[in-house]
Amino acid sequence: MFLYYFQLGLRSLRRNPVLTMLMVAGIGLGIAASMTTLTVMHLMGSDPIPWKSERLHYVQLDGWSPDRAYTDEGDPPDQLTYRDALALMEAGRADRQAAMYKIVLPVQPENAEVKPFNAVGRATHADFFAMFDVPFAYGGAWSRDEDARFGRTVVLSREINERLFGGEDSTGRSVRLDGVDYTVSGVLDVWEPRIKFYDLTNGAFNAHERFFIPFSTAIEREMGTAGNNNCWKERGSGWRAYLDSECIWIQMWVELGSPERRAEYQSFIDAYAGEQKRLGRFMRPLNNRLPNVTDWMEKQQVVTSDVEVQTGLAFAFLLVCLINTIGLLLAKFMRKAGEIGLRRALGASRRQVFAQHLVEAGVVGISGGLVGLALTGVGLMIVRALYTEFASVARFDWLMVFVSIALAIVASLLAGLFPTWRACRIVPAVQLKTQ
Amino acid sequence: MKDLRPILSTLMRSKAGMVLIGTQIALTLAIVCNALFIMSQRLDLMGRASGINETDTFVISSQGFGAGFNIQTTIQADLALLRSLPGVAAAAPQNTVPLSGGGWSEGISLSPEQKTSTAGAAIYFTDEHGIDAFGLDLVAGRNFKSEEIGFRDQRENEWPPGIIITRLLGEKLFPGESPIGKQFYLNVEAAPITVVGVIEKMQMPWPRPGSRSGDPNTVEYSILVPQIVPFGNSYAYLVRAEPGRRDELMGVVEAKLGESNRSRLVEDLKSLQDIRAEAYRRDRAMTLILGGVIVALLGVTALGIVGMASFWVGQRTRQIGTRRALGATRRDILAYFLTENFLITTIGILVGVVLTYAFNLWLMANYRSPHLPWFYVPVGVVCLWLLGQIAVLGPATRASRVPPAVATRAA
Repeated sequence: MFLYYFQLGLRSLRRNPVLTMLMVAGIGLGIAASMTTLTVMHLMGSDPIPWKSERLHYVQLDGWSPDRAYTDEGDPPDQLTYRDALALMEAGRADRQAAMYKIVLPVQPENAEVKPFNAVGRATHADFFAMFDVPFAYGGAWSRDEDARFGRTVVLSREINERLFGGEDSTGRSVRLDGVDYTVSGVLDVWEPRIKFYDLTNGAFNAHERFFIPFSTAIEREMGTAGNNNCWKERGSGWRAYLDSECIWIQMWVELGSPERRAEYQSFIDAYAGEQKRLGRFMRPLNNRLPNVTDWMEKQQVVTSDVEVQTGLAFAFLLVCLINTIGLLLAKFMRKAGEIGLRRALGASRRQVFAQHLVEAGVVGISGGLVGLALTGVGLMIVRALYTEFASVARFDWLMVFVSIALAIVASLLAGLFPTWRACRIVPAVQLKTQ
Repeated sequence: MKDLRPILSTLMRSKAGMVLIGTQIALTLAIVCNALFIMSQRLDLMGRASGINETDTFVISSQGFGAGFNIQTTIQADLALLRSLPGVAAAAPQNTVPLSGGGWSEGISLSPEQKTSTAGAAIYFTDEHGIDAFGLDLVAGRNFKSEEIGFRDQRENEWPPGIIITRLLGEKLFPGESPIGKQFYLNVEAAPITVVGVIEKMQMPWPRPGSRSGDPNTVEYSILVPQIVPFGNSYAYLVRAEPGRRDELMGVVEAKLGESNRSRLVEDLKSLQDIRAEAYRRDRAMTLILGGVIVALLGVTALGIVGMASFWVGQRTRQIGTRRALGATRRDILAYFLTENFLITTIGILVGVVLTYAFNLWLMANYRSPHLPWFYVPVGVVCLWLLGQIAVLGPATRASRVPPAVATRAA
């Protein structure tokens, strides 16, 4: 029976190709607009490290100006001062911990044919790699000892290893960065988190690092941050004064295995703040936080408000397209009133008429869904072209493919429901009389 | 409008079509008004002048490396080289340029005792050629002198005795007075700084500086500081080419700087026009996407009206024939359908106005959007009335061509 209704539906749709095309295109456009924006929003907001995001916590201490909160909402600063980061690192109270900041250094290849170039890197601690489950192709992270003794050691990205060593295992070899030689301890495998969640201060879609060196070494070499730096208090002159200043420029993450460990760490940083208060620092009310990865992404508004507004608009647009389809289907079914009357007079029950027309609506929906899916591909391409930095989040996602097909079918069945109901209420006698 | 009563009674008998078209019109009005408003805000932002010459200028930076590298002599040599090149109208050192998105800002205090700063301003470190290279308009006071240009380590907190500020910053700090000769503090623990010159306009490097005070002029609070402050071994320059020679010079400058010193690399060669495009790329994308949504929405709504009206015309062919046979003119039939559409559109618009403000309130509550200016709604209403009338014109014309004889014929 279904197959027969399906054929009837196809025939009916073919009888009026322009109208059918309008309906399919309408649903397709609506689906494409809403799915494109929803995919971008979903991938932007989705957890980049779902297996352990609950255990990773960003450290926020409020040692900002007593006269003014860091933000209007009263949030603590989004980075740490050097002295606080150092104190927390030295205390080592978390399961894993890494302070970090963005650096840019000139790379001077040994191979004279490769011209020197600037590369974005990160100064951090050994735990960084284990904490974020960073995959290695060769070698591994440097040891905690290297952190302690200002080791001249470096972890390279796969991309820079390709450029410097032709992609071979370069562990133990030497790389010259800004006139200093570093020994390669490991080379990363491809590691490109969709969202650069560990440095949201400098941008969720910033370029990935090409190299990592120990935090202590970068400080010893007096490398300033290439990222954000914010000061509320005057600072003295010179590097030492900068390190002792109230300027914030360092990010810190800790791994805490359980809610109890998290609570312990919270009391530890609160106690640290109390200690600092006695030293005349941290003059603001106690406001230290340990957001996990997803909380921190939300706080830092990784999903931009433009994307949210676009998604809202796209769904409103889909609604208009659906209402439009309801109208067109209604017109179509009503025009067939004579035919429906005849079928009813010949013995078709209301149920059968209902089923037949719902199948027809479903066919429109599925075609609309398929067109929508194809157009979503185009939509994502347009997003990638308009927002090049969103390349990592403007791609097809299987979940989203299923959602869009389901959405198309549900939407078109909903759209078909009212016209179908109207169609099966047609009184056969009236229709036959007018013939 | 003489057909009002029969139209109303027809509409009341088939409410479904009216509700569908009306809802569509309502949603369309709400989306189009708000989308246009967002678009116009973005276009305003993108159209804002930076105050500098963007057409003839470009930036380039130099990163030195190795133990023997001397940043101070390199900068002097680079500037001498740049200024000697034919086609270069002016060249100056810079730490950042408007719209680049990254820079240095400082809080300004009028007295060393005050707890919070009076205003935040962007710091542009440059030399006596800066005004010429940026193409700025000095409206009061004087330019820097070459002997005033200092060389400062990034880690030092020493400010020079004299600086140049923008006109709007002057009005903020010293309302109603000439800022020339006035003083303020960038470092409250050091000596005050004196304003020696005023430039008409220069934007901050950040295209959207959030202002906690809500002061709309914040974006033009900039200070020119006669210092060269290298970041490690790197420094950047701004070059203004003679009109029409920018692209040619960009290649020449990159090559010459690269050749002049082998222990550094030359990079980040960008025209100010590219920097502007990059700064507003997201806004441009938003504008294009919203424009696309508006066009698609109007198209879908218009097609919906055409579809519905065609259906009604088909359904009422016999009645139309009867009316024609009873003496109605073609014009009467046309007027009937136009009036009917006008009524439905108007009902939709009434609901739509409410939806428009509801949507605007949602944007205001969640996205700090400003209030929708009043004129968007009337403009949107007129557009939708026109859209409805144009969309229905086809089916209505067809209806008016129904011959009176149809009434006498069996269907």
